Parts: sequence; structure tokens; C-alpha cells
Amino acid sequence: MDVGLKHMLFVSLALFFTGVYGFLTRRNLITMLMAAELMLNSVNLNFIAFNKYVWPGQLDGVFFTLFIIAIAAAEAAVAIAIIINLYRSFSSIDVEDADTLKY
Amino acid sequence: MPLQILLIPLLPLAAFVLLGLFGRRLPGPSSGWLATALLAVSTILSAGVAWDYFFVAGMQDGAYPTQVPFSVPWLTFTDEMRIDMGILLDPISVMMIVVVSFISLMVHIYSLSYMKGEARYATYFSYLGLFTFSMLGLVLSSNIFQIYMCWELVGVSSFLLIGYHYDRPSAVAASKKAFIVTRFADLGFLIGILVLSFHANTLDFPTLIERLTDPASPYLPAAAAPAFLGLSALTWGLVLVFAGGAGKSAMFPLHIWLPDAMEGPTPVSALIHAATMVVAGVYLVARLFPVFALSCPAALEVVAVTGILSAALAAVIACTQTDIKRVLAYSTMSQIGYMMFALGVAGWGAANEGFSASMFHLFTHAMFKAGLFLCAGVIIHHVHSNDLAGMGGLRKALPFTHIVFLVCCLAIAGIPPFAGFFSKEAILLAAWHKSTVIYSIGLVTSGLTAFYMFRLYFSIFHHKPVVPGTGHGEGGPAMMLPLAILLAGAVFAGFVPFSEFVTADGTPSPTELHLGFSVAPVGLGIAGILLARRLYQTANPLPGRIAERWQGLYRTAYRKFYVDELYLFFTHKIIFNLIGRPAAWIDRVIVDGFMNLLGQASLTVSDGISGMQSGKVQSYAAWFLAGLLGFAILTLYILFT
Amino acid sequence: MNLSLLLIIPAITAAVILLARGAAQVRWVALTGAVVQLIAGIGLYNVFMQARSAGDDRQYLFEFRHRWFESFNMQYHVGVDGVSVAMILLTALVVLAGVLASWRQEKLAKDFFFLLTLLAMGAYGFFISLDLFTLFFFLEIAVIPKFLLIGIWGSGRKEYSANKLALMLMGGSALVLVGMLALYFQTDTFDMKRLAGMAADPSHGWIFPVLFIGFGVFTALFPFHTWVPDGHSSAPTAGSMFLAGISMKLGGYGCLRATGFMPDAAAQYAPWIVGLAAIAILYGAFATLMQKDLKYMNAYSSISHCGFVLLGIGMLTRTALAGAVMQMVSHGLMTALFFAVIGMIYSRTGTRMVSQMGGLMKTMPFICTTLFIAGLCSLGLPGLSGFAAEMTVFVGAWERTGAGYRLATIAGCISIVVTAVYILRATGQVAMGPAKETPRQDDAQWFEKASAIILIAGILLIGLAPGLLMDLVSPDAGYITDTLPSLP
Repeated sequence: MDVGLKHMLFVSLALFFTGVYGFLTRRNLITMLMAAELMLNSVNLNFIAFNKYVWPGQLDGVFFTLFIIAIAAAEAAVAIAIIINLYRSFSSIDVEDADTLKY
Repeated sequence: MPLQILLIPLLPLAAFVLLGLFGRRLPGPSSGWLATALLAVSTILSAGVAWDYFFVAGMQDGAYPTQVPFSVPWLTFTDEMRIDMGILLDPISVMMIVVVSFISLMVHIYSLSYMKGEARYATYFSYLGLFTFSMLGLVLSSNIFQIYMCWELVGVSSFLLIGYHYDRPSAVAASKKAFIVTRFADLGFLIGILVLSFHANTLDFPTLIERLTDPASPYLPAAAAPAFLGLSALTWGLVLVFAGGAGKSAMFPLHIWLPDAMEGPTPVSALIHAATMVVAGVYLVARLFPVFALSCPAALEVVAVTGILSAALAAVIACTQTDIKRVLAYSTMSQIGYMMFALGVAGWGAANEGFSASMFHLFTHAMFKAGLFLCAGVIIHHVHSNDLAGMGGLRKALPFTHIVFLVCCLAIAGIPPFAGFFSKEAILLAAWHKSTVIYSIGLVTSGLTAFYMFRLYFSIFHHKPVVPGTGHGEGGPAMMLPLAILLAGAVFAGFVPFSEFVTADGTPSPTELHLGFSVAPVGLGIAGILLARRLYQTANPLPGRIAERWQGLYRTAYRKFYVDELYLFFTHKIIFNLIGRPAAWIDRVIVDGFMNLLGQASLTVSDGISGMQSGKVQSYAAWFLAGLLGFAILTLYILFT
Repeated sequence: MNLSLLLIIPAITAAVILLARGAAQVRWVALTGAVVQLIAGIGLYNVFMQARSAGDDRQYLFEFRHRWFESFNMQYHVGVDGVSVAMILLTALVVLAGVLASWRQEKLAKDFFFLLTLLAMGAYGFFISLDLFTLFFFLEIAVIPKFLLIGIWGSGRKEYSANKLALMLMGGSALVLVGMLALYFQTDTFDMKRLAGMAADPSHGWIFPVLFIGFGVFTALFPFHTWVPDGHSSAPTAGSMFLAGISMKLGGYGCLRATGFMPDAAAQYAPWIVGLAAIAILYGAFATLMQKDLKYMNAYSSISHCGFVLLGIGMLTRTALAGAVMQMVSHGLMTALFFAVIGMIYSRTGTRMVSQMGGLMKTMPFICTTLFIAGLCSLGLPGLSGFAAEMTVFVGAWERTGAGYRLATIAGCISIVVTAVYILRATGQVAMGPAKETPRQDDAQWFEKASAIILIAGILLIGLAPGLLMDLVSPDAGYITDTLPSLP
């Protein structure tokens, strides 16, 4: 069987909604972060796939992916710093506990 | 001449301002002397003006002219509708300034002694000054709005003077009552002014009268056309103006303030509530008399009926009252009723005898009624009570007062040759020519007048042996001098050939005396006196038994025909409970409640919305996602349809 | 004369107040500022009358124009006619009296006087503006200080009152904004002079009521008057004086201007205006009868008296419009005097309930005399300003012959009787009768006397020589009535 664009997009879609599902249901902030990474990676997969199958002569999609990976790394660092600080304040990394910023 | 006339009202005003601002700092009684001196000048000036007007300037074309020697614009609404402060001289205004300034001077002199030692002595005289100013301004007004302004000022000075003893709740209540009742009547006056001036398109008296009486005037047809409820605007206007006059002159049913007004110091009652202010209503009708008589006799009938009704009713009530000042107050109301119905029965031209008679009675009544009140002041001063029960046998203690009181009683009872006889005869004669009903009621009332006045006289000066007084006696010369002068007035004022000076159209008419006609009223008067003598000269059980026998009538008259109660019911039950309270309630609960409801509703809504801001990251994310999906679907929908 | 002076003087005063140290310095600065404002106001009156008597009969004098927001055609456009001059004089008098009346204000004195001055500046700006946007801008400047004045220095349910007042007035100004923008998008201008010169448009049928109600909220148009009693009674003395003496006049002035540039719509809505005014007059008067608190009494009577302003505007005759302006001036002075004297009484008796006072005449003759004068002015005694104003309204109103108009005028006449009842009941109880114990027995102090005398002088001046005011405002009333379609 020849692996085509549709297959890639299907995997990417599954990956994205797995991430969404994880982000909405997990209570642990680390897990939520991981879910967010899944979503980012599904986007990366899309970029690569489109780059390869639609405009094979160009590298735009690859560059975007590289940027996203770099920013995701930075974001992970910031997120983990926030999580550590939350842990210091609430003695927990459960997202349900950190709901003081409201009306 | 204008300056001289201007000074007449302005000098009392000066007294008001000076004493009002600096009176407290003036030493002792000097404030009173200052006011009296200013008023004396004013009185001399008015006498001079009267002399000039009647004898020096005299008649033009066989009539005393109406002049406006002074006028200054005050408030200009449109070119024609403007309030000009001016001075109007015609026979009645000239006669009135003399009466007002003269009686006021008497009261000033009397008060010098009567009010001695009062804490607010200067204030008292400044109020008197304000009153005299506004009353003089009233009679001299050349503009219908000017008369309304002075009218209100007179009302407020009456309010201030009735409430002079402001620490007495009864005085405060009486002053408020007087002001509010007359104010209510002035409502009619004000609307009447608006109606009349709208149709005449002027506020100026001479022009207004000309435009509303001249048959050729373009203004008259519109005014005389039926306007509202089948009556013409002119009738409405005149009746409403008369309502204002009736309030000030204590005509039934607006009289309820006058007896209570006796809470004021007695000299004030003499000045304001007997001789001058209360005749303002009569004066007002007299001022507009040409319009009444020529264009709207229907309104004049209202005047006549109100007048005779008040005269009779007040006389009946006066027979039962036991407070000396209240008896005098009702007698004032009754006498003013005479003046009113005299105007009411008068016509124009040859039939205007009622007009002169009314003015004549106004003039003589001022003399003897002021005399009576000042005597009452002496008596009250002496026995320290207003109640007839505390008096009796005072002719020894107060010999001079006794004589003055007796003469004034004879005058008011219409016994010749005293002043009241002439004026009352003239009134009854005028009534006789017009209507038998009015004449007969007037006749009976004059008998009643003699009865209740001599009831008063015998109860005070005879009745009991001697009532111990406080030993004040008759006061000093300052109190006796005005009495003496007014005594002279009560004796001689009747001999003035009045109708040769004061008539409706300024044309003199000869003064006549019909001796045959006088038999009935004088006979009735003497009968009244004899009856009073039989009942009250010595203490006897007869009056009590009569009161017992006619209990219903007596009680009703004693309670003043329950008019006060009716008013109380109306104001408290109807106005306060049925209008005021609901208005306040609607405001608090419904109008304000609606605003609060709006506030509450927006609070509730925002409370509901604020729940979305929960602080839960995942719920935000879910909403975000939902929103995103929604937009995506919307976009796709739009793109593919 | 440069009209911007009227903005610069309060602005400088406010700035110097911020720099001053201590309550004493602050109040002297505020007083000086108020005196200078009054002098400027009198000067303005003089040059205005000179220009008029020299034959300058343009509607607005001393115009100045500066475009400050090019793309939306918003201008700083100022100029005055007689009505504005009258209002400016009124504001200057009330400001001076208000500063004196709050001489003993110790709590946060600097902020207090700063806000008073700011409010005054807003009012001046409002009265000189000829551009709707500038007008709106100054209207808002005048609203905010009121909220703070009541919320911080007030008494009783002050938070509730401050919120209510600010919300209702903001609601009113929101309506003004809507009406103003609607006019702008149609005509591409905010300039009142140009608007007045434009032909009638069907859209005025909804824009006029929106603008009129918006301004009407400020001047206690029934049924949008409920901020008045709560706001006045909770405000500090000077706050009430400003509120009733100046703020309520902003609304009346605005209504008059709206009538001026949409005369056709005004004529169309006149029966509504007159009807609401008549209701406000009678209903306010009867509601006053039932009040037990002096401040509530005066607040309700203000509703009734401001009804005369609206009545005069709704009648749309030259005399009635002039009467409306006179009534604004008269009511401003009279009610400011009333609140000042209530403040004096309150500081001595510790209560504002009428039934708990009695016989104050004995210990406080000056204060009670002032109370009487205010009361007599309120019930329309000749010689005081209320009489001249009310009679002008009545005479003008009677020129309209419709039965409804007549009825409304008679309602106005009836209200002056009711006024006499409640005024006499209150003053009789407070000043007369047997004396009751009070914590303090002293009569007015110098600053209180000065405050009262300034206002009384104004009341007497208008009462004795109403021609002065009439000559000032009557031509401008004429400009409005000249543009009217013929009336029934």
C-alpha cells in the first residue's frame, strides 16, 4: 500500500484530537503539557506532509516545523517553570486546585 | 406730585428695611418712634394728596379723573403684556390711602405703649411697616399684576404679624392657616388675572378696563363669548378674581382663617384684620367694578350672594362666641359682607349708589371697627383674658374705654347720628332698589348686629359687679389718643357727603337721606339693643335657657356651622391621605422601585455571566474550542452555500 | 472676551489646590478662585450687554473655534448667548456660596475642593459649548465629581445614592450620546449653529425625544427623577448645592438647546413635554407634603420647581421660554440657599427630621430668617426671584390656548398653593413653636452668613429687578421661537 497525503493527515488528525482530549480531561498539569505537545506535533506532521506531497520542491514547511519545535521547547521550559511555581503555592500540580484567578 | 405720592408707600418700606436690619441695635423704644414718625409723614402726605385730588385739581368734565402720574417698567413680557409699577389715582384709591395710612398711624401710636417691653419690639414695627407699605402699594396699583404682588406681600405680612408670638403653637397654627387659606383663594385670583389679561392683552388697569368694557373694543366679543361650561371667559375671569378677593376679605366659605387670626397682637387685628387688609377684596371688586357692571352682571350676582350669605352667617355665629376678639372678627366678616353685597347690587350710571355706599361703609367701618379693636386691646390688657367669662363691670375701671366702646357699638349697630347709620342706610337703600330678598336678609342682619355688639358691650361693662383687673388701667396717653381720635371718627365720619366724592364712574351724585326708609333698620337695631340689655345687663339664667331651648341651632352656630371641620376633613383626609400619601408611595415604590428593579436585573444577569469566569483552565479551553468549532462551521457554511 | 478664561480660571484653581498644603490654604485658594470666577462672570455679563446694546444682534457672541479632532469634525467651538450668560452667572454665584458653605470641611479638604472646582469647570464648559461633542465632554466632567462627592463625603445611604445618581445620570448622558451621534451621522457635524440652520428631517422624530429625555434625566424629568431625592439627601451641603443649583440646570439648558436646533420636533412633542412637566410639578409638590426630612423635602420640591422649567420649554412661546430660563436661575439660587441653610441647621441640631426641631428662631435668628427667605422664595413671594420666574412661565404658558395647555398651567398654579402648605408646615415647625433642645445653640458664623447673603442678594436682585434677567434672555428665547413652525 502506498502511503499518501491522506494517511498522513489522518494520523495527524488523530494525534491532534488525542491531544485535545488529553488537554481537556487530564487534571495533572504535566500531562496537560504533554497533551499540548501532542497537538503541536500533529501540526508539525501536517506541515511536513503538505511540504512533501504538495510542494515537494520547497522547504517552507520544514522551516515552519523547525520553528515550532524550537518554540515548543521554549514553551515547555516556561510551562514547567510555571508548574513548579504553582506547586510551591498550592503543593499540587492538579489544575483544579489552581482556580483562584477568577471573577 | 409724583414724588410726594411715591413717598407715601416708600416711607413705611423704609421703616421696614431700617428696623428689619438695624432695629435690634436701636436703643429702647426709639425704633417704634422712628416708625411712627415715618408713618406720620406718610399720613400727612396722603392727606395732602387727597386734598389736591379732590379740591385743588378737582373734576374734569364733571367727573373725578383716573390718573397714572407715575409708572416704571418692571417686567416686560411682550410689548403689550408688561408689568409696570405705577401709581393710579382715582377716587377710591385716594380714599383708601387716607384710610390705610390714618388707621396705620393710629395703630402705630397705640402700639408704642401696648407693645412696650416686648423682646421683638423693633421687629414688630418693621412688620407693621412692611404691611403698611404693601397695603398702600395695593391700593395705588396701576397694574393688575402689581396688585397681585402687593396682595401677596400683604398676606405675608399678615402671616408674620399673626405669628408674632411664634413660641405659641396656636399663633403659629393660626398664621399658617391664614396664609394658606388666602393663598388658596389667590389661586383663583392668579388664574383670573391670566384669563382677563389674556383676553385684554394687557395688564394695565385703565387699558384693561377700557378694553373689556367698551362695546366697540375688538377684545370684548372674544372675551364675552361662551368659553367653558357655558360661561364666558370674562365671567370665569371675574369670578376667579373675586374668589381671590373673597379669600382675603374672609367671605364664606373662605372665612375660616379670620377668627383664628385673632391670635395676633390686638393692634394688629385692628389694623389688618378689621380696617384695612380684609377690605382688600372689596377694593379689588371696586377696582374692576366697571368690568363687572358693564360687561358681566352675572359675576356681580355672585358677589352679591356671597356677600349677603357671609353677612348673615357671620352675624349668627357672632351671637354665640365668647371670645371678645372672635366676636369682633365675625362682626368684621359680617360688615365686609355688607360691603360686598352693596357692590353686588350696584349697577352702572344712575344705579351705582351701591358702589358709593359700599365704599362709604368701608370708610366708616374702618373708623369704628379699629376703635372697637383698640378698646378690646385695652380691656384684654386690663383683665389679661380674651374670654367674656372673665369680664364684667369694667365701666368703673375703664371709664374712657367704656365711652369709646359704647359709641363704636352704637355706630356699628346703625343708630343715628353715628357713622355706621349713614353708610348702612345707604347700603340697605341700594339693596332695596335691587332685590327684596337681599334687602330683607340685610335688614335682619343689621338687627342681629345690634344684638351681638350690645351683648358684648353689656357682658364687658355691666353684667357682673366688678372684675378685678391687673391694674394696668387704660394705659398711657399713647393708648388713649388713638381711641379719642377714632371716637371722633365714629361720631363724625358719617357726615361726610361721600357719594359726592366717590362713585363708580367718578361723577358725583348728591347725598340723600330718606328718613322714612330708616325707620325699619333703626327700629330693629334698637330692638336688638334692648334684647341684649334684657339678657346680659345683669347675670341671669335666661341666655343659658335660650341656648338650651334652641340647642341644635346654638350648638351649630357656636361650632361655626362646622365649616372648619369640613376643611379639616378635606385637607387631612382627602388631600393628605388620598393624594399626598399615594404620591409619595408611588414615588418610593413604583417609580423608584422600577429603577431599583432595573439595577437588580442587571446585577442578576451579570451574576449569571460571571460564572463563566471560573478560573478553571480546562473549562476555558473547552469554551475556546467550542467557539473555534462554531466559527469553523460557520465559515464552512458560508463558503459552501 | 475670551471665553476660555472661564475654563482656565477653574483649571488653575484646581491645580493650585493640588499644590496647597493644609486645609486652610486649600480653602482660601478655592475661595479666591470662586471670587475670580464670579468677577469673570460679571465681566462677561457687562461686555455681553454692551455688545447687545451696541446693536450686535448675532445669536452667539465671543465665538471661538478650534478643530481638535479633525477626522470626526469635532471642534472646540465656544460662544455665549443670553441664556448661557445667565447660567454662567448662576454657576459662579453658587460656586462661591458652596465654597463658603463648606468652609469647615476638614476631611480630605484638598480632594473635596478640587472636585468642587472640577465640577464648576465642567459646568462652565457645558454652558459655553456650541459644539455638541464638546458639550458632551463637559457634561461628563460635571458628572464624575458628583459621584465622588456623595460617595466619600456624603451621609446616610451614601454608596447607594452615589451609585444611583451616577448610573442614572450616565444613563441620561448615554442617551445624549446616542442622539448626538445620530445627528452627526446624518449631518456630518456636531456644530449646534449649523444644526439649527438645517431643515427639518423625519429622523428628528426619534432623535429629539432621545436627546430630550437624556438631558431631562438631569433636570428631573418625570419619571426619571428618582436620583434626585436620594442624591440630594446623601450629598454633603456643598454637594447638594451644586447638584440642585448647577447640575439640574445642565439638563434644562440642554433641553432648551435641543429645542433650539430641532424646533420642528419640539413642536411635535410639545404636548408630551407639557404633560410630563405638569405631572412632575403636581406630583413633586404632593410628594413633598409627605416628607419628614428637610433635605428630602427640598429635593422633592426641586422636582416640582424644575417641572416649571420643562413646562416653560414645552409651551414654546417666547415668554414661556424666557420664564423657563428665569426659573432655572431662580431655582438654582433658591435651592442652593435652602441646602446651605439645611446644612447650617443640621450642624447645630444633629438632625434633619422636621418633627425633632422646634423654635430655633429664639437661638438662631439669622439662620431662621434665611430659612424663611428661602421658603418664601420657593412659594413665590413677590420681591423674590421665584415669583418673577413663575409668573413669566404662567403668562407665557397662557398664550397657548389648547385645553391641555391650559390644564397644565392651572396645575402649575395649584402647585404654588401646595408649595405654600409644605413650606409653612416645615418652616413653622423648625423655626417657630416652643423651643426644643439642640446640641449647639450658636447662630451662623461669618462664612455661613457670607454664603447665605450672596445667594439672598442674587434672589433679591432678580426678585426686585427681574427686567435685568428678562432683557438678557428674552432675545434668545426669541431666536428659538422665530424658527418654530406656527403653533396651534
